[in-house]
Amino acid sequence: MFDKLIDAVTNMKENEALSLTQELLDNNADPVQLLDACTRAMEIVGKKFESGVYFLPELMMAGEILKQISGKVKPMIQDQAEGEKVGRVIMGTVLGDIHDIGKDIVIFLLEVNGFEVYDIGIDVPPEKFVAEIKAFKPQVVGMSGLLTLAFDSMKDTVTAISDAGLREDVKIIIGGGQMSDKISAYAGADACAKDAMDGINIIKEWTRKV
Amino acid sequence: MKERWTKEAADAGEKLSQQFDIWLAAENIPFVSPEAEALYRERVELYRDAIQMKTVPKRIPVCPSAGSFPIEYAGITWKEAMYDYKKLGYAWRKYHDDFDPDGYSAPRTIAPGKSLEILGLELYRWAGGGLRDDQEYQFVEKEYMRDDEYYDLIDDPTGFFLNTYFPRIFKELGALKKMPMLPPIHELPVIPSGIIPFGMPDVQAAFARLCSAGEDVNHWLAEVTNVSIAQMANGKPSFSAGFTKAPFDVIGDSLRGTKGVLMDMFRHPEELVEACERITPFMIKSGAAGCKAAGHVMPFIPLHKGADTFMSEDQFMTFYWPTLRKLIIGLSNEGVVPQLFVEGAYNRRLDLIDDLPPGKVVWWFDATDMAAAKKTVGRTNCIAGNVPLDILCTGTPDDVKVYCKDLIDTAGKDGGFIMTSGAGVQGAKAENVKAMIDFSKKYGVYS
Repeated sequence: MFDKLIDAVTNMKENEALSLTQELLDNNADPVQLLDACTRAMEIVGKKFESGVYFLPELMMAGEILKQISGKVKPMIQDQAEGEKVGRVIMGTVLGDIHDIGKDIVIFLLEVNGFEVYDIGIDVPPEKFVAEIKAFKPQVVGMSGLLTLAFDSMKDTVTAISDAGLREDVKIIIGGGQMSDKISAYAGADACAKDAMDGINIIKEWTRKV
Repeated sequence: MKERWTKEAADAGEKLSQQFDIWLAAENIPFVSPEAEALYRERVELYRDAIQMKTVPKRIPVCPSAGSFPIEYAGITWKEAMYDYKKLGYAWRKYHDDFDPDGYSAPRTIAPGKSLEILGLELYRWAGGGLRDDQEYQFVEKEYMRDDEYYDLIDDPTGFFLNTYFPRIFKELGALKKMPMLPPIHELPVIPSGIIPFGMPDVQAAFARLCSAGEDVNHWLAEVTNVSIAQMANGKPSFSAGFTKAPFDVIGDSLRGTKGVLMDMFRHPEELVEACERITPFMIKSGAAGCKAAGHVMPFIPLHKGADTFMSEDQFMTFYWPTLRKLIIGLSNEGVVPQLFVEGAYNRRLDLIDDLPPGKVVWWFDATDMAAAKKTVGRTNCIAGNVPLDILCTGTPDDVKVYCKDLIDTAGKDGGFIMTSGAGVQGAKAENVKAMIDFSKKYGVYS
């Protein structure tokens, strides 16, 4: 049954995946095992992305299916702590830029990959990044921006994080339309994500428990 | 229906050469001097030769995408540019006079703020409309069309925009949802019921808003036209004229949103394909009409969601390319040259898009590998690009020259190339834009 569920999720069969979930729950399947199956399914989808078989649409669709399954399963898990999050990430679109499409896609994918993500919004000034980092204590800071004005906003934000003495506590990643390794170096960030999944992989690598 | 716009028409070449003649003739342009007139024609010939690839042009035409760079360069704010049309005109004049690119980029994308305010546009935020004075306007992505509304769009695209989409994106035009369907109004007894909405106060108020926005747009247009004519009279042909989009992007960008349209590939694939087909004729007609009205050859077409990172090759061939290809062939059959601006990269697509009639399109690339593009689509059609914004914004003039030299040596070899930027050059250092233009004009000479 779990194999069938994994198969449905990894092949984007949304309705089948949801009815299998219901069937499993009706037959008193272990909700924790069910969620584990979903995690395995996401790993398979991620691998297919790596090998160039799947693209953003499949990542989003599988994530959407997973979110619905979690919605059904989580209420059944009683007296059990939620699974431990794999990492803590703050995400924001930098000052001057109000685009949230790319940021929201990355947040969605981080969440379905088990990260605890705090979305600090759009048009975020450097001092807000600093204040939120102090409060949330993330391992990773993600800065998003579509416009070229974001180049300097990102640089200013990294400078503010350094000035606040927080630079050693966090890894910083940037992403968005015109971003590149050159801009990552210019801003003083640690990496540039060339697409959403690349960003997820870099963040996974940074937060992997040894 | 499905077969329309799949093949090049027998008279497409003839129509195109007529259109080039109209562009070259430059009738009604009050040239300031015989030299300016000669320069204008020489520049049109540079583009013509680069596009048609029948002869190698004298040199590579050089025209960065101005974007909103003229606003920063002139030292005015975005709010001034969008509300004070004289200042907008001043900025565009100054940029073109000081940098002397081979083409004129009209400020048509800097829309008049007052008219947007009158209509209550909610699709964007801009300086004076929810953003600070110095911020460029930005798109607010949402699902403006629900996924259960595909057939409303498919059955009647015009009706859907009028009755549903406009009331959602224009706060002040909500009453347009009362507009009647038009095909049923075709006999005397059905005329009164069709006319009823026009007597309603809220509908009349919506039309009054449209009239007043129209007046504001006309003030803006008068200034934009003044600058355009003055620039052309000085010897700079427009770089493009007219605007249209790939049908998939119309739905993905403006109606369903990124996540929405990506989900629809799995949940509503047939409706999505059908909707793209239904939108196609509108995109062909509007692109051709806008371009021809200006006596030009190149309508501008920004391409978004078909890029490498958005979908697989199979998805591209199923959802994106069939109707984009129809748009291209449809425009080409009207005698114009689609200026296809590929945002992001098409490195996985170059073989897939390489089946177009020769000398009929311009592929303008952003992050695509230009050497690979030259070896594929560049053998039969003009390629343009792609000085990256990271270099223009954070590099030095020497960095820019190194990039341009390499680009000219590879992509510019033997013609079929236009030197431009990978995106609008806002944020660039002025000396870098200058270096790009001056160096490329000099180094890009063929004979």
